[in-house]
Amino acid sequence: MTAKIALKDLTKSFGSKHVLRGITLDVGKSESLVVIGGSGTGKSVLLKCILGLIKPDGGSIQIDGQPASIKSLESFGMLFQGAALFDSMPVWQNVAFRLLRGPSKLPRKEAREIAIAKLQRVGLPPETADLYPSELSGGMQKRAGLARAIAAEPQIIFFDEPTTGLDPIMSGVINDLISEIVSEMGATTITITHDMSSVRAIATHVAMLHRGHIHWHGPVGDLDTAQDPHLRQFISGAAQGPIETLR
Amino acid sequence: MILFAPFGALGRTTLSLLASIGQVALFALSALRHLVTPPIYLREIAQQFLTIGWLSLPVVGLTALFTGGALALQIYAGGARFNAEAVVPQIVAIGITRELGPVLGGLMVAGRVASAIAAEIATMKVTEQIDALRTLSTDPMKYLTVPRLIAATLSLPILVAVGDSIGIFGGYLVSTTRLGFNEAAYLSNTTGFLETWDVTSGLLKGAAFGFIVALMGCFHGMNSGRGARGVGRATTQAVVSASILILAANYLLTEAFFSA
Repeated sequence: MTAKIALKDLTKSFGSKHVLRGITLDVGKSESLVVIGGSGTGKSVLLKCILGLIKPDGGSIQIDGQPASIKSLESFGMLFQGAALFDSMPVWQNVAFRLLRGPSKLPRKEAREIAIAKLQRVGLPPETADLYPSELSGGMQKRAGLARAIAAEPQIIFFDEPTTGLDPIMSGVINDLISEIVSEMGATTITITHDMSSVRAIATHVAMLHRGHIHWHGPVGDLDTAQDPHLRQFISGAAQGPIETLR
Repeated sequence: MILFAPFGALGRTTLSLLASIGQVALFALSALRHLVTPPIYLREIAQQFLTIGWLSLPVVGLTALFTGGALALQIYAGGARFNAEAVVPQIVAIGITRELGPVLGGLMVAGRVASAIAAEIATMKVTEQIDALRTLSTDPMKYLTVPRLIAATLSLPILVAVGDSIGIFGGYLVSTTRLGFNEAAYLSNTTGFLETWDVTSGLLKGAAFGFIVALMGCFHGMNSGRGARGVGRATTQAVVSASILILAANYLLTEAFFSA
């Protein structure tokens, strides 16, 4: 069976810094892959390469067996770490951004109705539709960002640190929302995070990135029984271990 | 070796300057290519007309009013040295329409608009809003740069035309209330002396300056560094480069329009 997303020998360097050193990874249809790894290990670069925001130096990216292209973006949704809502427009226009433009453009009234429905799906009341992003709290911005990511019913959704900056309760709410929505939509997802509670709530599969390689990859159920010392150190959060840290 | 150090520094500066010129030229070409290919975001263009054109009217109008008044005083005082005080209406009109209207209008808009464009786009870059646009299948060049270029290039000539009228009115006001000129004679001398080309050359300059203002704002915003420092630098560079390019372009256009 063809993988939904297939990466082969993906490499990317910035000057003399080799960030990705040959990433090979398959993500199956409706799979929820969470990529974990320390800060600066290239998780965001990997995501941006798949999204086409950064051009990789080598290797290939295939979506549904076809080389990734600008066209692939139409099947993607993305929740950014800081939500990245457009602060010059109200929340509903952010959510309906794709519905208001492009080939599948809808009338404004219809796009607004869909946006409000999506906002309600992520737990935001219809009154938030006409607020500007700066008037929302961090948690509400994340929810609005999630509503925008799912508004056009994408087949593939990317989540970049979805719980960063949120309190544990709000993190739990966002994790649950992502998990519910993804299974409702049957979407394929890639999430990057440091948050192990997100991993356990969202993932069907986990990949650990270390020194530009996929160091460990397997079903989330194998996470606690895996003996890999790097993975064990990351899960336990121990300062001592094979992963070198600055002190 | 130390003797050659200044030459090395000069060489590096020259190469860096040439690289910057190349980057701006490529950015401008890319913007022009996007300008003539669909989609065109009409709503964003209208929004930019409001922001760049309409909201710059007070700044341009006040600048023109005071400049027209000061120009009348200067020409009167200078003209008095060789008994040519009577040329005030003609020199104010030609000075405003050919030079001061477009140049000062362009510089004021550079200060107000290039900085705002650079700061807005740089902040969007820092907060990943530009990346978000791409993930929403929207080309930032089309969505952010093209509407600003169109709006600035088309609204600057209108601002210059309004500025010209207000500037000439400033000269008229000072001349008739402070310098003893007859109202009807002043207006008659102004309209009788001005030729169509005096005004249209200034409007063409305005269009060129509008393009420069938007181009520099967008270029520095899109290429800003990270964090608050990156946004600050982008804003400063946009205003400085737009102002210098306006003055350089003004000389070149004046040479092209009026030498021979």
